[in-house]
Amino acid sequence: MFYREAGQFKTTYAADQQVFPILQDRIGVAVILFIAIAVVPFVANDFFMSAIAIPFLILALATIGLNVLTGYAGQLSLGTGGFMGVGAYACYKLATIFPDVPIVAHILLSGVFAAAAGVVFGLPSLRIKGLYLAVTTLAAQFFFEWCFIRIPWLYNNNASGAIEVPGLKVFGVIVTGPAAGSIPRYYMVLAIVILLTVLVKNLLRGRIGRQWMMIRDMDIAAELMGVRPLYAKLSAFAVSSYLCGVAGAMFVFFYLGAAEPSAFSITLSFQVLFMAILGGLGSLVGCFFGAAFIWILPILLRAGPPMIGIPIAAETATHVTSMIIGALIVAFLILEPHGLARLWQIGKEKLRVWPFPYA
Amino acid sequence: MLYQIFIDPFAQMVDMPDFLIQVVWEGFVAGILYALIALGFVLIFKASGVFNFAQGIMVVFAGLTLVGLHEAGVPAFLALILAIGVMALLAVAVERFVMRPLVNQPEIILLMSTIGMTYFLIGFGEFVFGGEPKQMITEELGLPTGSTAFEIGEQGLVILQHIDIAAAVIAIIMVASLALFFNKTRIGRALRAVADDHQAAQSVGISLNQIWAIVWFAAGIVALATGIMWGARSDVSFALEIVALKALPVLILGGFTSIPGAIVGGLIIGIGEKIGEIYWGPLVGGGIESWLAYMIALVFLLFRPQGLFGERIIERV
Repeated sequence: MFYREAGQFKTTYAADQQVFPILQDRIGVAVILFIAIAVVPFVANDFFMSAIAIPFLILALATIGLNVLTGYAGQLSLGTGGFMGVGAYACYKLATIFPDVPIVAHILLSGVFAAAAGVVFGLPSLRIKGLYLAVTTLAAQFFFEWCFIRIPWLYNNNASGAIEVPGLKVFGVIVTGPAAGSIPRYYMVLAIVILLTVLVKNLLRGRIGRQWMMIRDMDIAAELMGVRPLYAKLSAFAVSSYLCGVAGAMFVFFYLGAAEPSAFSITLSFQVLFMAILGGLGSLVGCFFGAAFIWILPILLRAGPPMIGIPIAAETATHVTSMIIGALIVAFLILEPHGLARLWQIGKEKLRVWPFPYA
Repeated sequence: MLYQIFIDPFAQMVDMPDFLIQVVWEGFVAGILYALIALGFVLIFKASGVFNFAQGIMVVFAGLTLVGLHEAGVPAFLALILAIGVMALLAVAVERFVMRPLVNQPEIILLMSTIGMTYFLIGFGEFVFGGEPKQMITEELGLPTGSTAFEIGEQGLVILQHIDIAAAVIAIIMVASLALFFNKTRIGRALRAVADDHQAAQSVGISLNQIWAIVWFAAGIVALATGIMWGARSDVSFALEIVALKALPVLILGGFTSIPGAIVGGLIIGIGEKIGEIYWGPLVGGGIESWLAYMIALVFLLFRPQGLFGERIIERV
């Protein structure tokens, strides 16, 4: 009833191949974009912007990166945190070596370094897969973490061993570092995330994305049909690591402000992996759902009980959060292995036939 | 530079044999612990094809239960029995609430479910026992403490901790009895049948649920033993979780389904890692222990993907 494509005829190839072929989807996306761009920054307070909206968008981008690799190309990766770290440190070095270049260029460029790292550690995927591949990505994770601690050049020999973000400007507005307000940072993050999401969406619809999915579903058949595993897998690693690298750079420059190597530990890798699983492997919209769920749930659990009058210690909240997230992951795998994205899809299908469930 | 990489470390080894032996021994003991963790992985993988990511946290959890019960005033041996009981409960719960609904799901889904279990157990363990490291009740359990020093050469000295020797002995006993169990008993054969094919095993009258509960319980016992040994060397703490990830390269070296492979792989990783750290680590600033094991496994994978004792040749792409 509400969500019906009946009567929407496509008369040109362009209309048939557009990203959102259904009118309701286009309206929905436009409304979401309008809210994100024009409503949220003026309604939300500083805490919401800095602690929820900005990290949510950044982590959603990292989740898209992992989803490209694990969900679309079928290569399990536990090294997301490491690749994010590569992006962050590359961006830091670029920003300190070339302080006059706009920060946006640095952030988009830093992903290239992460992509290169991803390709190197993706090379073993040509011979091995599954759990064996998890070892190579774990090797990347621990190797990069070690690099961030042991190579002083990476953090400009700071005494603290951490990277501190200088205050950089775009069009005369400070957008990074502690002096930047939350609204300019939010807009920077939002712009980059929208840009890259659109790019990835189109990449997935095209030849490259289809090759990834063929490799995931049945690699031998894909090879017989002319997909070259070398290019398909390495391009998946490159794109995935690029997105993770950009997310890592933004994570430090727009969210944390300063980062120690421990910010990119294996915990972050797992967190992003959970976002991808709970959101739904092989779904872009699921990445946003998953990131929102995993990032906001702990904040709610910490803030919720005191609000309704139940005092709860911060530590207890952390433990309970960990338990709930663990239980949720298991429950999701049992009840709905395709994640929140699948629930969203079911909801749309229900709306399509509402109010007649069997129509 | 080349001299420092290729000659100097060996010269040091020859110069100070007592130090070399000490390093190898330390590596050996670390390797035993990796091997014990890997053993838990192998048990479950053999019997259900599940790569149990939660084995590391099960070690911590088992150790914490034991120590926590003792702190609550339970005598040491009663606490040990109760801890075994808790592991049995955990095994039944895992079988009932995780494995049974997920039967015949793809490998990756099962792996993810064990990662979810890991998070649940971390939260639960910290919730019940607190997050601080705890002292293991070594003496109360009658485990040897103290150490023996051997003289080697003129003034060389090698120190062996008694608890390490005990760990090695217990590991050997455990492996031997598990190997017997797998090869000679009816349940052991049923376990292997389940590992080969869930559905076929079920159709000849093997109860999957029972087998899984048994095998998770066995893995729980291994976890408890590992927890005790690890706790006796350092404290029982959640930091062990990272150490448990070392079991992954160990398994790659030894093969996913081989019990002797887990032991040999553990020793290779343990000793290789310590020697690399002590002799080659300083050249790049130290601390290479954190990733060396994975690199060894990576290089090894390129030459022998099925592992030293692995039976199945993994699918080539």
